[in-house]
Amino acid sequence: MNSVSDTQPSVGDHGEETTRRDFIHLMAIGATGAAVLAVGVPAIHQLNPDASVRALATKEVDISAIDIGQAIKVMWQGKPVFIRRRTEEEINAAGETPISALKDSKSRNENLTGSEEATDTNRVVKPEWMIVVGVCTHLGCVPLGTDEGDSRGEYNGWFCPCHGSHYDIAGRIRKGPAPENLIIPPYEFVSDTVVKIG
Amino acid sequence: MSHESTYVPGSAIERWLDKRLPIIRLGYDSFGDFPTPKNLNYWYTFGGILSVCLVIQIVTGIILAMHYTPHVDYAFESVEHIMRDVNYGDIMRYAHANGASMFFIAVYLHMFRGLYYGSYKDPREMLWIIGVVIFILMMATAFMGYVLPWGQMSYWGATVITSLFSAIPLIGDSLKTLLWGGYSVDNPTLNRFYALHYLLPFLIAGAVILHIWALHIPGNANPTGVEVKSKKDTLPFHPYYTVKDGFAIVVFFILFAAFLFYMPNSLGHPDNYIPANPLVTPEHIVPEWYFLPFYAMLRAIDFNFLFISSKLGGVIVMFSSLIILFFLPWLDRSKVRSHRYRSTAAKLWFVLFVADCVFLGWLGGQVAEQPFILFSQLATAFYFIYLLVILPLLGLMETPKELPKSISEDVLSNTKKKAAISATPEPVAQPAE
Repeated sequence: MNSVSDTQPSVGDHGEETTRRDFIHLMAIGATGAAVLAVGVPAIHQLNPDASVRALATKEVDISAIDIGQAIKVMWQGKPVFIRRRTEEEINAAGETPISALKDSKSRNENLTGSEEATDTNRVVKPEWMIVVGVCTHLGCVPLGTDEGDSRGEYNGWFCPCHGSHYDIAGRIRKGPAPENLIIPPYEFVSDTVVKIG
Repeated sequence: MSHESTYVPGSAIERWLDKRLPIIRLGYDSFGDFPTPKNLNYWYTFGGILSVCLVIQIVTGIILAMHYTPHVDYAFESVEHIMRDVNYGDIMRYAHANGASMFFIAVYLHMFRGLYYGSYKDPREMLWIIGVVIFILMMATAFMGYVLPWGQMSYWGATVITSLFSAIPLIGDSLKTLLWGGYSVDNPTLNRFYALHYLLPFLIAGAVILHIWALHIPGNANPTGVEVKSKKDTLPFHPYYTVKDGFAIVVFFILFAAFLFYMPNSLGHPDNYIPANPLVTPEHIVPEWYFLPFYAMLRAIDFNFLFISSKLGGVIVMFSSLIILFFLPWLDRSKVRSHRYRSTAAKLWFVLFVADCVFLGWLGGQVAEQPFILFSQLATAFYFIYLLVILPLLGLMETPKELPKSISEDVLSNTKKKAAISATPEPVAQPAE
């Protein structure tokens, strides 16, 4: 029964040499690592939005009842979306704002790449309709300014009461702690009176 | 445990069990005969009080879980059902909600004790570190628990706090979606918060066991900061400290009962009795009182710093204020533990630090406007300057007062002083006779 000492050289003589045991250790660690990964990915990924949540990713909204100067809130992906039908003066005012006056100069428009200049034209599909996700880019509150009688902030757009961010009529951040302009969701006009968000 | 076991099994059954699972021995050595410094004052009773708090939270929590429904359509109603229909349900829920506040009152006083007497210093660093872990677990548990009633503050508090994670560069937004299980705080969020709110208290219980283990290796610290030198310095835990802790727990219960029975809603926010509405944000979002100092630090950073945006900066500062506590044992360079024997300067700075923490708490409840933002910035700066600069420097510069040779000597000299004071009126009184 000398085979054990034959296959396992004593540490003193051949300590550096790779042994069968080293191989077994490596294989065992490797297999365990793969198993942890195989279990870990589903265990974490189940936390991500499920199929039923993803299925509600688009929404069609009838906008025929909105008069000029009015705005509505609709729910999309659990978040409010503001749809405002702007007046002629508001469109002109938004167009005249120089880029240098903006805190965030990127368009944040998901219909484009999002990194164009935040001009008013880059923030809309049709100038009359301003459609933004109603979630303050600071810490996720819903800005005021959509309902009649709401405070619309110092720039006549939206105002977030949580930490005092002021947005202009194109949903661009002008003052306060929010870092970015209100996000423009991906949307298209299915007809003149129906817009599909998402 | 660090001391020699003195347990003697009293009966045949105990002897039989002791050989197989010495659990009675463990209990006896830890909470019966455990040698405890004889000079512990009432500041040292919060450990016992906190254990009771944890038990109360777990028991009332399990009871509430039997009547609560974790679904966005039913959560708010099921809480009202608990309040109105379930037998003693209102008491159970108020006990759980106010119990959380009591837990934090006790933990803040417990931490204050540790800071004042330098309990975290060598050889009790692990004890302190585990304590900070417990504190952070408590905060996570309390935050998720507050979301469950699904009122306006629940919903918007959850939105604001989870949105903090979106400040992390690159992975922030995906991480936020992962936490939410959707594109906003919604039913999946509520469900997982409920599951985790049920889990975390048991992790806390596990950490508490480690905390007590780490306490029983070096033994208790004490107000003098002088280590136990002989058996003369100690008393057995039972009955001396079981009774002292027991008395403190009863006094604590009086405070608890005052809130529970006479002003159960005074520490809560009325907006949380409005069902959650994703379309309307409350005018003024405030977290529970025990988070206010940290909330103030979060909001204090309203400016970009180099490549760090104000949003990320606030998050970094807020989490740093907790992480820094882990390093306290090494930031404090003092030669003595207890502030009793430290210089007047050290004591004054310490008082300022405690006042600063309270001030931050007050600021956290104010609106995010000037002058409160400026005050928050100053108070936040002082919080870090004290821990990172003043505390290390004090330890290097000051000359501490002379320490007593032993706990016994200190106790005896105090008794002599007291005896001398009470003895003096007698000779004065005599001539009048």
